[in-house]
Amino acid sequence: MASIPSQLDDEVSLRLRIDALNANYVHTIDDDRLENWPNFFTADGEYSISTRENHEMGLPICLVQCKGTGMFRDRITALRQANIYEPHTYCHSVSALHIASSSEGVIATKSNFTLVRTMSEGEMMLFAAGRYVDKIVDYNGELKFAERRVILESRRIDTLLVIPI
Amino acid sequence: MDTIDRGNYPDFVWPYEDTSRVPFQVYTDEELYRVEQKKVFQGNVWNFLCLECEIPGPGDYKTTYAGDTPIIVVRDEADDINAMVNRCAHKGSLVCYKPRGNVKELACVYHNWVYDLRGNLTAVAFRRGVGGKGGLTDEFKNSEHGLQRLRVEVFRGLVFGTFSEKTEPVADYLGDELVSAVDRVLIKPLKVLGYYSQIFKNNWKLYVENNKDSYHASLLHVFHNTFGVVRPNMGGGIKISDSGWHHLSYTERTDISDDEIGKENVRSKQDAYSLEDPTLMEHKLELGDNVTNNIQTIFPTLVIQQILNCLAVRQLIPKGVNESELIWTILGFEDDDEEMIQHRVATNNLVGPAGFISMEDGAVGAWVQRAAKSDREALTVMPMGGRAIEPSQGSRVTEAAVRGFWKGWRECMEI
Repeated sequence: MASIPSQLDDEVSLRLRIDALNANYVHTIDDDRLENWPNFFTADGEYSISTRENHEMGLPICLVQCKGTGMFRDRITALRQANIYEPHTYCHSVSALHIASSSEGVIATKSNFTLVRTMSEGEMMLFAAGRYVDKIVDYNGELKFAERRVILESRRIDTLLVIPI
Repeated sequence: MDTIDRGNYPDFVWPYEDTSRVPFQVYTDEELYRVEQKKVFQGNVWNFLCLECEIPGPGDYKTTYAGDTPIIVVRDEADDINAMVNRCAHKGSLVCYKPRGNVKELACVYHNWVYDLRGNLTAVAFRRGVGGKGGLTDEFKNSEHGLQRLRVEVFRGLVFGTFSEKTEPVADYLGDELVSAVDRVLIKPLKVLGYYSQIFKNNWKLYVENNKDSYHASLLHVFHNTFGVVRPNMGGGIKISDSGWHHLSYTERTDISDDEIGKENVRSKQDAYSLEDPTLMEHKLELGDNVTNNIQTIFPTLVIQQILNCLAVRQLIPKGVNESELIWTILGFEDDDEEMIQHRVATNNLVGPAGFISMEDGAVGAWVQRAAKSDREALTVMPMGGRAIEPSQGSRVTEAAVRGFWKGWRECMEI
């Protein structure tokens, strides 16, 4: 009988660890600690933002694609040093974590997010909603994304997209 | 009566002797916006509707817009492409309410009026009524109630539609030089690699101007300078159709010299940063030349883009006087291998709403729109390159193509 609670413990513990990863990830972005954003990924990790339309039609184009730490850092350097945009902040909410599978050290998960954007004059809007489709690995006791695919519900981006989701 | 004869114009007179000055009113005036729908988008212009490869088989359709007007583009059984206003002749409902699909006929779900793939009305539900009561009288003729058709021309895989009988063939509309520019990029059958769109909080014309304004490129978009990847003094120039309506801005890779740019006061920190991963800047030469950037506008609202290996068409759709939507269709060639497709995905980081060298275009139009609305009569000033609408070789520091756009707009609007 001892095995059932133990299995449940493992599952609860994994969920809590992934919840913490997701919370840490969105707070890092929402708190504008973007220089830490690449650290959520493995050295050869992959991040992309695409749309439900492209995803369902099997089309490869993404709005953003980073493969490997260098590209993640380039995104943030460009955001800080090159790109021009009106100051704005994000507030993410993450929900409905689903652990699809966990094998050979890779945990496949899916969760939903909503993202409210606030401009410096106070205008607020639902900027994006969608899914995170993730492959998570345990890297020296720390969970990291080997892959995080952001699938936006809508094909429409209001004005521009500079801060990662 | 004059205003009625000229199409119910607002009381608007172009306030300057040429198009090197533009009044802010053109971006904010509801009346002008309404007149534009008739005079520009439903006038003697070719509206880009879709790509031929998006509707490859008989019965394939796609919905789109020409200006504000919803359009169905459909390939019929004879392999001809037809375009009709997406509005049932009965009560005006959208006939196709899905973005794309395949049909044998076009049936309006509201009252089941049915049209063939050329827009002819073929059946009306309960034509004879029920039990001898109701239904149509004999005076109703199907032939008088088809969908409104556009003239269609397929040009190098691009599907264009016009509401006017007078619009000249696409090749004449563009002129030889800009036909060559299309041929330079669209060298092989195309394949769609993806879509996304961008909402601009500005009048549609501000985005058209932005594309034709080669002056802003290295000033607003400082990604290249910041990372020291390209100098603004690379070779290139501007081509403008004889009509002034269409343009091409291109950049050619030549030997880089720092002399001139070093003296310019541009807002960038040159060579302060470098790309850790320059994969996205790699240019696989595939078009037979060293042109790195090629932005071609086709009046009124199409952009054909080649930036390195990132190919796209951008279709601008006005959404009221203060808003517009840009539909990006990212392209490859049908014979691209997997490596090339992945390369195009990587270079696509440069463009689009999140593009390193293009995202700012989403913001600047809105900044003009916000600042413009309080003063209808004030004028923008576009003196770069003089007042003429003429091409420029070797320099893109000119606003000639923007002046050309306004010439086209005034000709359409008869203003």
